[in-house]
Amino acid sequence: MLRVRPALHCRSLLRRYATVSGPHALVFLEHREGVIDSGSLSALTAAQQLGGQVTGIVIGAPDQVKGVVEKAKKLKGLNTVIHSASEQYAHSLPEAVSPLFEKLLGESSPYTHVVSAHSSSAKSILPRVAARLDLPAVSDITSLEHDASSNATTFTRPIYAGNAIATVKAPSSLRLKFFTVRSTAFKAAAADESVQAGEQTVDPVEVPNLPTQHVRTDLTKSDRPELGSASRVVSGGRALKNAETFNSTLEPLADVLGAAIGASRAAVDAGYADNSLQVGQTGKVVAPELYIAIGISGAIQHLAGMKDSKLIVAINKDPEAPIFQVADVGLVADLYQAVPELVEKLKQ
Amino acid sequence: MRPSAVRLLNILVPVKRTVDYAVKIRVNPDQKGVDLNVKHSMNPFDEIAVEEAVRLRERLKDEVKSIKVVTIGPTKAAETLRTALAMGADSGIHVEVPDSAPPPEPLGIAKALRAVIQREKEGVDLVILGKQAIDDDASQTGQMLAGLLDWAQATFASKVDVDPKAKTANVTREIDGGLEELKCQLPLVVTTDLRLNEPRYASLPNIMKAKKKPIEKLTPADLKIDLTPLLETVKVTEPPKRKGGGKVESVDELIAKLKEAGITPVKS
Repeated sequence: MLRVRPALHCRSLLRRYATVSGPHALVFLEHREGVIDSGSLSALTAAQQLGGQVTGIVIGAPDQVKGVVEKAKKLKGLNTVIHSASEQYAHSLPEAVSPLFEKLLGESSPYTHVVSAHSSSAKSILPRVAARLDLPAVSDITSLEHDASSNATTFTRPIYAGNAIATVKAPSSLRLKFFTVRSTAFKAAAADESVQAGEQTVDPVEVPNLPTQHVRTDLTKSDRPELGSASRVVSGGRALKNAETFNSTLEPLADVLGAAIGASRAAVDAGYADNSLQVGQTGKVVAPELYIAIGISGAIQHLAGMKDSKLIVAINKDPEAPIFQVADVGLVADLYQAVPELVEKLKQ
Repeated sequence: MRPSAVRLLNILVPVKRTVDYAVKIRVNPDQKGVDLNVKHSMNPFDEIAVEEAVRLRERLKDEVKSIKVVTIGPTKAAETLRTALAMGADSGIHVEVPDSAPPPEPLGIAKALRAVIQREKEGVDLVILGKQAIDDDASQTGQMLAGLLDWAQATFASKVDVDPKAKTANVTREIDGGLEELKCQLPLVVTTDLRLNEPRYASLPNIMKAKKKPIEKLTPADLKIDLTPLLETVKVTEPPKRKGGGKVESVDELIAKLKEAGITPVKS
């Protein structure tokens, strides 16, 4: 590594010295049913902005990994894809995968940054790994800047439900900089058939007497676009009265717009919608092209999840509802008249 | 008579004093932080954690031996401990941090919690934390603590069933796109999601009783931990403002605005 070729002239030698190891990010590529999560693709984009090498890591059961690795190798911006397969990795249990990360990220590791989506799975794993390595982590970043000469990385991240933005610096004293990425703040990295990243297999680290066992997973079935990555979202609140009117009112509008359906916490708590549809500080953060808030008053916690949407439309009976302060287009009307009328006129 | 082989459950619930969730926060003009001269209360997810501990005792009766609450924070964080005691916890530990100190990071807090757990003579079988604090929104402390202790973890729990005899817990977690159920061995770290339960209000008699419950005071030095942040907060700023408020009178106008923005219906 430190071998210097005599032919190097002074300036490039200096530059080489200044960036002695250069940033090298390890990006955790999550996948489900053979498809790489869109949140991980956004994390990859964020990792590229560090300006150095980018390695992706794919972990899973033996039957899951192979296909995903082939897809990962075609992603623009990845230099290498490393992968490790074990039956123990099938459900990404933090207790099972943490030892593998610890091995990869030990003192002699080439990596300078560890990057993932701010997804429920990565959120469970990354802080555990960071703590095992005695390092802090930066959550849910919306932008970053790496200074190669000082080896410091500066991030911005929302705090207080998005009501303030903190600028946080991970100094050079931190050997590894862990961060999770808000996927709506970075474009998803694209596939490119002409690229082919290198590939490397890593032996799994088997954990004897794993203290946690996976019992089952129940995924909410839906034909609609996935809420977190949809370009259009139609969202309903408490004013929808019950689960039936929630669905019968929102579904036709979502259909005509090709939109995902979301919900406020009030609607979820009242049982109108499944909690995987919740938009807000404690649910999903979305930033679609179009967000239609129907019968949602606009509590701080809800706004935290949608105020970066490009165009916000609000339909609410109460002209004083806080949602109108952020809505680009507000209509004060009874949603039971306005929404069906909107659907009819959009169909024409 | 109780069979002596059964180890009774000792539960620890870490709580944080945060700006009340209903407060509209303001960023200080010096961009060093937000105005903290506002109403504070217990982090909402921590209320859920305390509630779950108390409900576990209501279900398991004598099998839950103790519920301890712990906070790492300034002098006023003692109020948050009292609230937790009024909800039904038995005793509290306050690791007092000087009011002037910068807010500790999740890693520092996790190390402090590990030190607290290691001091407990009877041990701790279950730690229940909130899934995130609503001030820093980090969502790290529980996972870090589980890592430091090398315990099992179950994050974002919406249902917790503990079997003290088998020393296991079945936990339903909220994951992206649905739910997942895990079976975890104790000792275990659980973090609470919103739907785990509806926290109770402390009754006046319980608030009075809570005043007599013991709170042990410690300092970071007692625990031999350093809470100095490793990350530097450079500044805190206002988020970009949206210029909302554009109202339309009718559905037709609304559709015109959608068209203007290039949004057209999809053909199915």
